[in-house]
Amino acid sequence: MSLRVTAATAQRVLWQIRHDPRTVAMLLVVPCFLLVLLRYVFDGRPETFQQIGAPLCGLFPFIVMFLVTSITMLRERTTGTLERLMTLPVAKLDLLAGYAIAFGALAAVQAATVCVVGFAVLGLAAPHGAVLIAVLAIANALLGMALGLLVSAFARTEFQAVQFMPALIFPQLLLCGLFVPRSAMAPLLEAVSWALPLTYAYDALARATDPAPLGSALFLDVVAIAAAGFAALALGALTLRRRTA
Amino acid sequence: MTPNAIEVEDLRVVRGGEEVLHGISLSVPHGLVTGLLGPSGCGKTTLMRAIVGVQIVAGGTVEVLGLPAGSPALRSRVSRHARERVGYVTQAPSVYGDLTVLENLRYFATIVDTGHDRVAEVLDAVGLTGRAGQLTASLSGGERARVSLASALLGRPELLVLDEPTVGLDPVLRAELWEMFHALAATGTTLLVSSHVMDEAAECDRLLLMREGALLEQTTPQMLRDSTGEHDLGRAFLAMIKSAVE
Repeated sequence: MSLRVTAATAQRVLWQIRHDPRTVAMLLVVPCFLLVLLRYVFDGRPETFQQIGAPLCGLFPFIVMFLVTSITMLRERTTGTLERLMTLPVAKLDLLAGYAIAFGALAAVQAATVCVVGFAVLGLAAPHGAVLIAVLAIANALLGMALGLLVSAFARTEFQAVQFMPALIFPQLLLCGLFVPRSAMAPLLEAVSWALPLTYAYDALARATDPAPLGSALFLDVVAIAAAGFAALALGALTLRRRTA
Repeated sequence: MTPNAIEVEDLRVVRGGEEVLHGISLSVPHGLVTGLLGPSGCGKTTLMRAIVGVQIVAGGTVEVLGLPAGSPALRSRVSRHARERVGYVTQAPSVYGDLTVLENLRYFATIVDTGHDRVAEVLDAVGLTGRAGQLTASLSGGERARVSLASALLGRPELLVLDEPTVGLDPVLRAELWEMFHALAATGTTLLVSSHVMDEAAECDRLLLMREGALLEQTTPQMLRDSTGEHDLGRAFLAMIKSAVE
Protein backbone atom coordinates (compact mmCIF):
# COMPACT_ATOMS: atom_id res chain seq x y z
CA MET A 1 0.00 0.00 0.00
CA SER A 2 1.22 3.52 -0.78
CA LEU A 3 0.20 6.71 0.99
CA ARG A 4 0.99 8.65 -2.18
CA VAL A 5 -1.42 6.64 -4.30
CA THR A 6 -4.10 6.60 -1.58
CA ALA A 7 -3.96 10.38 -1.18
CA ALA A 8 -3.94 10.89 -4.96
CA THR A 9 -6.99 8.65 -5.33
CA ALA A 10 -8.90 10.53 -2.63
CA GLN A 11 -8.00 13.80 -4.30
CA ARG A 12 -9.01 12.45 -7.71
CA VAL A 13 -12.46 11.38 -6.45
CA LEU A 14 -12.94 14.83 -4.87
CA TRP A 15 -11.85 16.47 -8.15
CA GLN A 16 -14.49 14.41 -9.97
CA ILE A 17 -17.18 15.47 -7.51
CA ARG A 18 -16.10 19.11 -7.71
CA HIS A 19 -16.73 19.08 -11.46
CA ASP A 20 -20.33 18.10 -10.74
CA PRO A 21 -21.65 20.96 -8.58
CA ARG A 22 -25.25 19.97 -9.16
CA THR A 23 -24.66 16.59 -7.50
CA VAL A 24 -22.90 18.28 -4.59
CA ALA A 25 -25.79 20.71 -4.18
CA MET A 26 -28.31 17.87 -4.24
CA LEU A 27 -26.25 15.84 -1.78
CA LEU A 28 -26.50 18.71 0.66
CA VAL A 29 -29.94 20.12 -0.06
CA VAL A 30 -32.11 17.01 -0.60
CA PRO A 31 -31.70 15.48 2.91
CA CYS A 32 -32.45 18.86 4.48
CA PHE A 33 -35.49 19.30 2.27
CA LEU A 34 -36.79 15.84 3.22
CA LEU A 35 -36.27 16.63 6.88
CA VAL A 36 -38.24 19.88 6.56
CA LEU A 37 -40.96 17.96 4.71
CA LEU A 38 -41.08 15.39 7.50
CA ARG A 39 -41.31 18.15 10.10
CA TYR A 40 -44.51 19.50 8.55
CA VAL A 41 -45.94 16.08 7.65
CA PHE A 42 -45.82 15.36 11.38
CA ASP A 43 -46.88 18.91 12.23
CA GLY A 44 -49.48 17.70 14.71
CA ARG A 45 -47.31 14.89 16.10
CA PRO A 46 -43.95 16.37 17.09
CA GLU A 47 -43.04 13.26 19.11
CA THR A 48 -43.22 11.14 15.94
CA PHE A 49 -41.03 13.66 14.12
CA GLN A 50 -38.49 13.38 16.93
CA GLN A 51 -38.69 9.57 16.86
CA ILE A 52 -38.13 9.27 13.10
CA GLY A 53 -36.48 12.56 12.10
CA ALA A 54 -33.65 12.51 14.64
CA PRO A 55 -32.24 9.07 13.70
CA LEU A 56 -32.85 9.84 10.04
CA CYS A 57 -30.26 12.66 10.27
CA GLY A 58 -27.66 9.95 10.78
CA LEU A 59 -29.08 7.57 8.16
CA PHE A 60 -29.21 9.91 5.15
CA PRO A 61 -25.43 9.75 4.60
CA PHE A 62 -25.60 5.94 4.66
CA ILE A 63 -28.21 5.84 1.90
CA VAL A 64 -26.61 8.53 -0.25
CA MET A 65 -23.05 7.19 -0.03
CA PHE A 66 -24.27 3.71 -0.90
CA LEU A 67 -25.75 5.04 -4.11
CA VAL A 68 -22.94 7.44 -5.01
CA THR A 69 -20.22 4.85 -4.41
CA SER A 70 -21.92 2.04 -6.28
CA ILE A 71 -22.34 4.25 -9.35
CA THR A 72 -18.83 5.74 -9.18
CA MET A 73 -17.28 2.30 -8.85
CA LEU A 74 -19.46 0.88 -11.60
CA ARG A 75 -18.25 3.67 -13.89
CA GLU A 76 -14.69 2.86 -12.93
CA ARG A 77 -15.33 -0.73 -14.01
CA THR A 78 -17.22 0.01 -17.24
CA THR A 79 -15.04 2.83 -18.61
CA GLY A 80 -11.88 0.75 -18.29
CA THR A 81 -10.19 3.04 -15.78
CA LEU A 82 -10.24 0.25 -13.19
CA GLU A 83 -8.51 -2.04 -15.68
CA ARG A 84 -5.89 0.64 -16.32
CA LEU A 85 -5.32 1.09 -12.58
CA MET A 86 -4.93 -2.68 -12.24
CA THR A 87 -2.03 -2.58 -14.71
CA LEU A 88 -0.37 0.21 -12.68
CA PRO A 89 1.38 0.06 -9.30
CA VAL A 90 -1.91 0.54 -7.45
CA ALA A 91 -2.79 -1.74 -4.53
CA LYS A 92 -6.46 -2.55 -4.06
CA LEU A 93 -6.18 -1.10 -0.58
CA ASP A 94 -4.93 2.21 -2.05
CA LEU A 95 -8.07 2.42 -4.11
CA LEU A 96 -10.44 1.44 -1.30
CA ALA A 97 -8.79 3.74 1.24
CA GLY A 98 -8.74 6.61 -1.25
CA TYR A 99 -12.46 6.17 -1.85
CA ALA A 100 -13.13 5.94 1.89
CA ILE A 101 -11.26 9.20 2.58
CA ALA A 102 -12.99 11.12 -0.21
CA PHE A 103 -16.50 9.87 0.52
CA GLY A 104 -15.90 10.12 4.27
CA ALA A 105 -15.08 13.81 3.81
CA LEU A 106 -18.16 14.31 1.67
CA ALA A 107 -20.28 12.48 4.25
CA ALA A 108 -18.89 14.71 7.00
CA VAL A 109 -20.06 17.83 5.15
CA GLN A 110 -23.44 16.26 4.47
CA ALA A 111 -23.85 15.08 8.07
CA ALA A 112 -22.92 18.52 9.39
CA THR A 113 -25.49 20.22 7.12
CA VAL A 114 -28.30 17.81 7.99
CA CYS A 115 -27.54 18.03 11.71
CA VAL A 116 -27.53 21.83 11.69
CA VAL A 117 -30.92 21.86 9.95
CA GLY A 118 -32.39 19.08 12.09
CA PHE A 119 -31.13 20.00 15.53
CA ALA A 120 -30.58 23.77 15.34
CA VAL A 121 -33.31 24.85 12.92
CA LEU A 122 -36.12 22.29 13.22
CA GLY A 123 -35.69 21.82 16.95
CA LEU A 124 -35.01 18.06 17.07
CA ALA A 125 -33.60 16.98 20.43
CA ALA A 126 -30.10 15.55 20.71
CA PRO A 127 -29.78 14.82 24.43
CA HIS A 128 -26.20 13.61 24.03
CA GLY A 129 -25.17 16.35 21.60
CA ALA A 130 -25.61 16.67 17.84
CA VAL A 131 -21.92 15.97 17.37
CA LEU A 132 -22.47 12.36 18.42
CA ILE A 133 -25.16 12.04 15.72
CA ALA A 134 -22.82 13.57 13.14
CA VAL A 135 -20.01 11.17 14.08
CA LEU A 136 -22.38 8.19 13.84
CA ALA A 137 -23.59 9.58 10.50
CA ILE A 138 -20.03 9.50 9.14
CA ALA A 139 -19.53 5.94 10.39
CA ASN A 140 -22.80 4.97 8.71
CA ALA A 141 -21.75 6.75 5.51
CA LEU A 142 -18.55 4.68 5.40
CA LEU A 143 -20.65 1.53 5.92
CA GLY A 144 -22.89 2.62 3.04
CA MET A 145 -19.80 3.26 0.91
CA ALA A 146 -18.40 -0.19 1.66
CA LEU A 147 -21.71 -1.86 0.75
CA GLY A 148 -22.01 0.25 -2.41
CA LEU A 149 -18.54 -0.77 -3.47
CA LEU A 150 -19.41 -4.42 -2.98
CA VAL A 151 -22.69 -4.37 -4.89
CA SER A 152 -21.16 -2.43 -7.79
CA ALA A 153 -19.48 -5.69 -8.75
CA PHE A 154 -22.89 -7.26 -9.32
CA ALA A 155 -24.27 -4.55 -11.59
CA ARG A 156 -23.54 -4.39 -15.30
CA THR A 157 -25.28 -1.06 -15.91
CA GLU A 158 -26.16 2.06 -13.95
CA PHE A 159 -29.84 1.09 -14.19
CA GLN A 160 -29.05 -2.11 -12.32
CA ALA A 161 -26.91 -0.27 -9.76
CA VAL A 162 -29.77 2.11 -8.98
CA GLN A 163 -32.10 -0.87 -8.45
CA PHE A 164 -29.89 -2.14 -5.64
CA MET A 165 -31.18 0.75 -3.57
CA PRO A 166 -34.82 -0.49 -3.35
CA ALA A 167 -33.60 -4.09 -3.39
CA LEU A 168 -31.03 -3.91 -0.60
CA ILE A 169 -31.51 -0.66 1.30
CA PHE A 170 -35.31 -0.28 1.57
CA PRO A 171 -35.81 -3.68 3.26
CA GLN A 172 -33.11 -2.77 5.75
CA LEU A 173 -34.81 0.56 6.43
CA LEU A 174 -38.13 -1.24 7.03
CA LEU A 175 -36.58 -3.85 9.30
CA CYS A 176 -34.15 -1.68 11.28
CA GLY A 177 -36.78 -0.45 13.75
CA LEU A 178 -37.09 3.10 12.44
CA PHE A 179 -40.77 2.85 11.55
CA VAL A 180 -41.90 -0.01 13.77
CA PRO A 181 -40.10 -1.37 16.84
CA ARG A 182 -38.42 -4.62 15.89
CA SER A 183 -40.09 -6.41 18.80
CA ALA A 184 -43.48 -5.74 17.16
CA MET A 185 -42.50 -7.43 13.87
CA ALA A 186 -43.23 -10.99 12.85
CA PRO A 187 -40.69 -13.15 14.72
CA LEU A 188 -39.02 -14.25 11.52
CA LEU A 189 -38.45 -10.64 10.42
CA GLU A 190 -37.10 -9.72 13.83
CA ALA A 191 -34.67 -12.61 13.57
CA VAL A 192 -33.61 -11.48 10.09
CA SER A 193 -33.11 -7.89 11.30
CA TRP A 194 -30.31 -9.06 13.61
CA ALA A 195 -28.28 -9.98 10.53
CA LEU A 196 -28.71 -6.62 8.75
CA PRO A 197 -26.04 -3.91 9.19
CA LEU A 198 -28.52 -1.04 9.11
CA THR A 199 -30.19 -2.42 12.27
CA TYR A 200 -27.06 -1.53 14.24
CA ALA A 201 -26.70 1.83 12.51
CA TYR A 202 -30.26 2.69 13.51
CA ASP A 203 -29.91 1.26 17.02
CA ALA A 204 -26.88 3.48 17.68
CA LEU A 205 -28.77 6.55 16.44
CA ALA A 206 -31.89 5.67 18.47
CA ARG A 207 -29.74 5.49 21.60
CA ALA A 208 -27.93 8.73 20.72
CA THR A 209 -31.27 10.57 20.34
CA ASP A 210 -32.80 9.09 23.50
CA PRO A 211 -32.39 10.92 26.83
CA ALA A 212 -31.58 7.66 28.67
CA PRO A 213 -27.91 7.38 29.70
CA LEU A 214 -25.65 5.85 27.07
CA GLY A 215 -24.54 2.35 27.96
CA SER A 216 -22.20 -0.18 26.45
CA ALA A 217 -24.93 -1.08 23.92
CA LEU A 218 -24.02 2.00 21.86
CA PHE A 219 -20.41 0.87 21.85
CA LEU A 220 -21.44 -2.60 20.70
CA ASP A 221 -23.52 -1.03 17.91
CA VAL A 222 -20.48 0.91 16.72
CA VAL A 223 -18.40 -2.26 16.80
CA ALA A 224 -21.07 -4.01 14.70
CA ILE A 225 -21.12 -1.10 12.19
CA ALA A 226 -17.33 -1.20 11.89
CA ALA A 227 -17.27 -4.99 11.56
CA ALA A 228 -19.93 -4.94 8.83
CA GLY A 229 -18.08 -2.13 7.05
CA PHE A 230 -14.75 -3.94 7.07
CA ALA A 231 -16.38 -7.21 6.01
CA ALA A 232 -18.04 -5.45 3.05
CA LEU A 233 -14.73 -3.76 2.13
CA ALA A 234 -12.87 -7.06 2.29
CA LEU A 235 -15.48 -8.73 0.08
CA GLY A 236 -15.42 -5.67 -2.20
CA ALA A 237 -11.64 -5.99 -2.49
CA LEU A 238 -12.13 -9.57 -3.66
CA THR A 239 -14.28 -8.28 -6.52
CA LEU A 240 -11.48 -5.97 -7.73
CA ARG A 241 -9.77 -8.46 -9.97
CA ARG A 242 -6.55 -7.81 -11.81
CA ARG A 243 -7.45 -10.52 -14.30
CA THR A 244 -10.91 -10.82 -15.75
CA ALA A 245 -12.56 -12.96 -18.39
CA MET B 1 17.99 -9.14 -21.33
CA THR B 2 15.92 -11.77 -23.08
CA PRO B 3 16.13 -11.70 -26.88
CA ASN B 4 12.45 -10.77 -27.26
CA ALA B 5 10.23 -8.34 -25.37
CA ILE B 6 7.23 -10.66 -25.65
CA GLU B 7 7.19 -14.45 -25.95
CA VAL B 8 3.81 -16.12 -26.32
CA GLU B 9 3.66 -19.92 -26.39
CA ASP B 10 0.51 -21.87 -27.28
CA LEU B 11 -1.82 -19.27 -25.74
CA ARG B 12 -5.42 -20.35 -25.43
CA VAL B 13 -8.21 -18.11 -24.11
CA VAL B 14 -11.80 -19.14 -23.46
CA ARG B 15 -14.47 -16.47 -23.12
CA GLY B 16 -18.13 -17.22 -22.45
CA GLY B 17 -17.54 -20.96 -22.93
CA GLU B 18 -16.00 -20.50 -26.36
CA GLU B 19 -12.34 -20.68 -27.26
CA VAL B 20 -11.40 -17.31 -28.81
CA LEU B 21 -7.63 -17.77 -29.06
CA HIS B 22 -6.59 -21.17 -30.37
CA GLY B 23 -3.03 -21.80 -29.26
CA ILE B 24 -1.16 -18.70 -30.40
CA SER B 25 2.63 -18.61 -30.39
CA LEU B 26 4.54 -15.49 -31.30
CA SER B 27 7.43 -13.29 -30.36
CA VAL B 28 7.87 -9.53 -30.42
CA PRO B 29 11.45 -8.25 -30.63
CA HIS B 30 12.79 -5.33 -28.60
CA GLY B 31 12.86 -1.78 -29.90
CA LEU B 32 10.65 -2.16 -32.95
CA VAL B 33 7.11 -1.18 -33.91
CA THR B 34 5.22 -4.45 -34.31
CA GLY B 35 1.80 -4.26 -35.84
CA LEU B 36 -0.96 -6.68 -34.81
CA LEU B 37 -3.35 -6.75 -37.73
CA GLY B 38 -6.54 -8.53 -38.47
CA PRO B 39 -10.25 -7.93 -38.87
CA SER B 40 -12.47 -6.79 -36.00
CA GLY B 41 -13.32 -9.63 -33.64
CA CYS B 42 -10.32 -11.80 -34.56
CA GLY B 43 -8.95 -11.70 -31.00
CA LYS B 44 -6.44 -8.82 -31.14
CA THR B 45 -7.72 -7.19 -27.96
CA THR B 46 -7.88 -10.51 -26.10
CA LEU B 47 -4.28 -11.22 -27.09
CA MET B 48 -3.19 -7.76 -25.92
CA ARG B 49 -5.05 -8.19 -22.64
CA ALA B 50 -3.24 -11.47 -22.10
CA ILE B 51 0.08 -9.74 -22.77
CA VAL B 52 -0.55 -6.99 -20.21
CA GLY B 53 -1.82 -9.61 -17.76
CA VAL B 54 -5.45 -8.65 -17.27
CA GLN B 55 -6.95 -11.57 -19.23
CA ILE B 56 -7.74 -14.91 -17.61
CA VAL B 57 -6.07 -17.47 -19.86
CA ALA B 58 -6.98 -21.12 -20.33
CA GLY B 59 -3.54 -22.35 -21.32
CA GLY B 60 -0.09 -21.57 -22.64
CA THR B 61 2.50 -19.08 -21.42
CA VAL B 62 2.96 -15.36 -21.96
CA GLU B 63 6.30 -13.88 -21.04
CA VAL B 64 6.82 -10.12 -21.04
CA LEU B 65 10.28 -8.56 -20.57
CA GLY B 66 11.46 -11.92 -19.25
CA LEU B 67 8.71 -12.26 -16.65
CA PRO B 68 5.32 -14.00 -16.66
CA ALA B 69 2.66 -11.54 -17.92
CA GLY B 70 0.87 -9.78 -15.09
CA SER B 71 3.72 -10.23 -12.56
CA PRO B 72 3.68 -7.54 -9.87
CA ALA B 73 7.28 -6.76 -10.90
CA LEU B 74 5.96 -5.62 -14.29
CA ARG B 75 3.74 -3.04 -12.60
CA SER B 76 6.44 -1.48 -10.47
CA ARG B 77 9.68 0.16 -11.42
CA VAL B 78 13.11 -0.99 -10.28
CA SER B 79 13.91 2.46 -8.89
CA ARG B 80 12.49 5.97 -8.97
CA HIS B 81 14.57 6.83 -12.02
CA ALA B 82 13.94 3.61 -13.90
CA ARG B 83 11.39 3.44 -16.69
CA GLU B 84 8.01 1.94 -16.15
CA ARG B 85 7.90 -1.62 -17.52
CA VAL B 86 4.60 -1.90 -19.42
CA GLY B 87 2.15 0.73 -20.65
CA TYR B 88 -1.26 -0.28 -21.95
CA VAL B 89 -3.78 1.82 -23.86
CA THR B 90 -7.19 0.24 -24.33
CA GLN B 91 -9.25 0.82 -27.46
CA ALA B 92 -11.93 2.78 -25.60
CA PRO B 93 -10.15 5.68 -23.87
CA SER B 94 -9.75 4.68 -20.22
CA VAL B 95 -9.57 8.11 -18.63
CA TYR B 96 -11.93 9.98 -16.34
CA GLY B 97 -14.43 11.96 -18.39
CA ASP B 98 -15.36 14.09 -15.40
CA LEU B 99 -11.80 15.32 -14.87
CA THR B 100 -9.91 17.85 -16.94
CA VAL B 101 -7.12 16.59 -19.19
CA LEU B 102 -4.54 17.96 -16.77
CA GLU B 103 -6.21 16.37 -13.72
CA ASN B 104 -6.28 12.99 -15.45
CA LEU B 105 -2.59 13.19 -16.25
CA ARG B 106 -1.66 14.48 -12.78
CA TYR B 107 -3.47 11.56 -11.17
CA PHE B 108 -1.74 8.95 -13.33
CA ALA B 109 1.58 10.81 -12.94
CA THR B 110 1.30 10.53 -9.16
CA ILE B 111 0.57 6.81 -9.44
CA VAL B 112 3.62 6.09 -11.60
CA ASP B 113 5.56 8.57 -9.43
CA THR B 114 6.80 10.92 -12.11
CA GLY B 115 7.08 14.70 -11.95
CA HIS B 116 4.65 17.29 -13.24
CA ASP B 117 7.21 18.41 -15.85
CA ARG B 118 6.64 15.02 -17.47
CA VAL B 119 2.91 15.83 -17.67
CA ALA B 120 3.71 18.89 -19.78
CA GLU B 121 5.98 16.77 -22.01
CA VAL B 122 3.39 14.10 -22.78
CA LEU B 123 0.69 16.73 -23.33
CA ASP B 124 2.95 18.29 -25.92
CA ALA B 125 3.79 14.90 -27.45
CA VAL B 126 0.13 14.15 -28.17
CA GLY B 127 -0.65 17.75 -29.17
CA LEU B 128 -3.10 18.50 -26.37
CA THR B 129 -1.30 21.32 -24.55
CA GLY B 130 -4.05 23.75 -25.56
CA ARG B 131 -6.73 21.44 -24.14
CA ALA B 132 -5.16 20.89 -20.71
CA GLY B 133 -7.87 22.71 -18.77
CA GLN B 134 -10.79 21.19 -20.64
CA LEU B 135 -13.08 18.54 -19.22
CA THR B 136 -12.09 15.24 -20.86
CA ALA B 137 -15.70 14.27 -21.60
CA SER B 138 -16.11 17.44 -23.66
CA LEU B 139 -13.29 16.46 -26.07
CA SER B 140 -13.73 14.69 -29.38
CA GLY B 141 -13.25 10.92 -29.49
CA GLY B 142 -9.82 11.27 -31.05
CA GLU B 143 -8.71 13.78 -28.43
CA ARG B 144 -9.92 11.52 -25.60
CA ALA B 145 -7.95 8.67 -27.13
CA ARG B 146 -4.86 10.89 -27.06
CA VAL B 147 -5.40 11.70 -23.38
CA SER B 148 -5.47 7.96 -22.78
CA LEU B 149 -2.28 7.53 -24.80
CA ALA B 150 -0.59 10.42 -22.98
CA SER B 151 -1.40 8.79 -19.63
CA ALA B 152 0.39 5.63 -20.73
CA LEU B 153 3.45 7.60 -21.91
CA LEU B 154 4.01 9.26 -18.51
CA GLY B 155 6.29 6.56 -17.08
CA ARG B 156 8.27 6.10 -20.34
CA PRO B 157 7.35 2.39 -20.43
CA GLU B 158 9.80 -0.08 -21.97
CA LEU B 159 6.88 -1.84 -23.67
CA LEU B 160 3.86 0.02 -25.00
CA VAL B 161 0.81 -2.02 -25.90
CA LEU B 162 -1.60 0.12 -27.93
CA ASP B 163 -5.01 -1.17 -28.95
CA GLU B 164 -6.17 0.58 -32.16
CA PRO B 165 -4.63 3.94 -31.21
CA THR B 166 -5.15 5.56 -34.61
CA VAL B 167 -8.71 4.51 -35.42
CA GLY B 168 -10.91 7.35 -36.55
CA LEU B 169 -8.16 9.95 -36.40
CA ASP B 170 -7.53 12.69 -38.87
CA PRO B 171 -4.93 11.46 -41.44
CA VAL B 172 -2.46 14.20 -40.51
CA LEU B 173 -2.72 13.30 -36.86
CA ARG B 174 -2.41 9.62 -37.67
CA ALA B 175 0.81 10.27 -39.55
CA GLU B 176 2.10 12.28 -36.57
CA LEU B 177 1.31 9.45 -34.19
CA TRP B 178 3.14 6.90 -36.35
CA GLU B 179 6.08 9.29 -36.40
CA MET B 180 5.95 9.40 -32.62
CA PHE B 181 5.78 5.61 -32.37
CA HIS B 182 8.92 5.29 -34.46
CA ALA B 183 10.66 8.02 -32.44
CA LEU B 184 9.80 6.05 -29.28
CA ALA B 185 11.13 2.85 -30.84
CA ALA B 186 14.35 4.70 -31.73
CA THR B 187 14.85 5.41 -28.03
CA GLY B 188 14.53 1.72 -27.19
CA THR B 189 10.79 1.41 -26.59
CA THR B 190 9.10 -1.72 -27.85
CA LEU B 191 5.67 -1.07 -29.36
CA LEU B 192 2.87 -3.47 -30.10
CA VAL B 193 0.18 -1.63 -32.05
CA SER B 194 -3.07 -3.20 -33.21
CA SER B 195 -5.18 -2.12 -36.14
CA HIS B 196 -7.89 -3.56 -38.33
CA VAL B 197 -6.91 -1.26 -41.20
CA MET B 198 -4.36 -2.94 -43.47
CA ASP B 199 -3.12 0.49 -44.66
CA GLU B 200 -1.47 0.84 -41.30
CA ALA B 201 0.56 -2.32 -41.82
CA ALA B 202 2.93 -0.34 -44.04
CA GLU B 203 3.88 1.81 -41.03
CA CYS B 204 5.11 -1.15 -38.98
CA ASP B 205 8.58 -2.72 -38.80
CA ARG B 206 7.11 -6.16 -38.23
CA LEU B 207 3.66 -7.65 -38.67
CA LEU B 208 1.60 -10.20 -36.80
CA LEU B 209 -1.39 -11.19 -38.91
CA MET B 210 -4.39 -12.64 -37.13
CA ARG B 211 -7.67 -14.11 -38.24
CA GLU B 212 -10.40 -15.94 -36.29
CA GLY B 213 -8.41 -16.40 -33.11
CA ALA B 214 -5.31 -17.76 -34.80
CA LEU B 215 -2.01 -16.25 -35.86
CA LEU B 216 -1.57 -16.55 -39.63
CA GLU B 217 1.90 -15.16 -40.05
CA GLN B 218 4.79 -13.29 -38.44
CA THR B 219 6.34 -11.23 -41.17
CA THR B 220 7.38 -7.77 -42.34
CA PRO B 221 5.54 -5.54 -44.83
CA GLN B 222 8.21 -6.22 -47.46
CA MET B 223 8.22 -9.97 -46.93
CA LEU B 224 4.43 -10.01 -47.18
CA ARG B 225 4.57 -8.14 -50.50
CA ASP B 226 7.33 -10.39 -51.83
CA SER B 227 5.68 -13.66 -50.83
CA THR B 228 2.31 -12.75 -52.34
CA GLY B 229 3.42 -10.61 -55.24
CA GLU B 230 0.87 -7.95 -54.22
CA HIS B 231 2.07 -4.41 -53.59
CA ASP B 232 -1.09 -3.37 -51.75
CA LEU B 233 -0.92 -4.84 -48.25
CA GLY B 234 -4.69 -5.32 -48.02
CA ARG B 235 -4.59 -7.44 -51.18
CA ALA B 236 -1.49 -9.22 -49.94
CA PHE B 237 -3.31 -10.14 -46.70
CA LEU B 238 -6.23 -11.49 -48.72
CA ALA B 239 -3.91 -13.46 -50.99
CA MET B 240 -2.20 -14.93 -47.99
CA ILE B 241 -5.51 -16.02 -46.42
CA LYS B 242 -6.53 -17.60 -49.73
CA SER B 243 -3.32 -19.54 -50.05
CA ALA B 244 -3.60 -20.64 -46.41
CA VAL B 245 -7.14 -21.93 -46.96
CA GLU B 246 -6.21 -23.82 -50.11
